[in-house]
Amino acid sequence: MQDQRLVESLQAGDEQAFRGLVQKNYGSMLRLALTVIGNRSVAEDVVQETWLGVLRGLSGFEGRSSLKTWIYRILMNRARSAVTGESRRKALFSEQDAVFPETEPSVPAGQFTAEGKWIQSPSNWASSPESQLLSKETQEVLAQAASALPAAQRAVLQLHDVEGFRSEEICDILALSSANQRVLLHRARSKVRKALAKHEEGVK
Amino acid sequence: MNPKELVCREFVELVSDYLEDALSPADKARFEKHLRECDGCERYLDQMRITIESVGSLSVEKMQPETMDEFLHAFRDWHSES
Ligand SMILES: [Zn+2]
Repeated sequence: MQDQRLVESLQAGDEQAFRGLVQKNYGSMLRLALTVIGNRSVAEDVVQETWLGVLRGLSGFEGRSSLKTWIYRILMNRARSAVTGESRRKALFSEQDAVFPETEPSVPAGQFTAEGKWIQSPSNWASSPESQLLSKETQEVLAQAASALPAAQRAVLQLHDVEGFRSEEICDILALSSANQRVLLHRARSKVRKALAKHEEGVK
Repeated sequence: MNPKELVCREFVELVSDYLEDALSPADKARFEKHLRECDGCERYLDQMRITIESVGSLSVEKMQPETMDEFLHAFRDWHSES
């Protein structure tokens, strides 16, 4: 409903509405485009083209998905057609990365006994002061771990845990099955947790 | 040992499916049973929850002021044409 009202405002030429929509989404759109394309200036062009495409296609928006999902789908289409040659394989990551067997378990095998039990119980993060998790240092560890992820994992993590898209919407945007979407999400989160744990061990 | 009992090594692979509510009722029951009985996995689940929360605070790309000007220009053009 709110989407419909926003679309009407845009069609009426409401600049504030357009500015607000762009401001709210530009940063994460550029981040996703960068993840897919890997080249900043091409990614910036793709985001720009996406907004032009959004305006031109606005009268065709039927509200079957949210406006945001619709915009991100246009973004992914543009991003995919923008890349050619070697990088094309990476941009079309969809199912491939997910079905590709991960050699790394979520937790290193050495942390479990032969029976699969913890050798040493994970430390209690819930009791560490919030300020520690929000510290600049931790934020850097986090950002670094996220940027080290394979493209498909990074894209799913960003859409799900940063942008708050629902799983069905992510499947729609990235053309993934829901099982593969969850596999990618789990691998991404597990790696980021591992990086935070390693950092925390070092701090102690 | 009962083969249906979950061990910690398996537990950690099911965390996202659990949080996404994608486990079958039987697997969910096994997961929650293990969670009740294992302090280590309870902490692990907390760590994953905290990780997810922290990821949510990752910053996104910044927009240059010129970029917004270009967009607004395109918006005006679009509106005057339509
Ligand atoms: Zn356990």
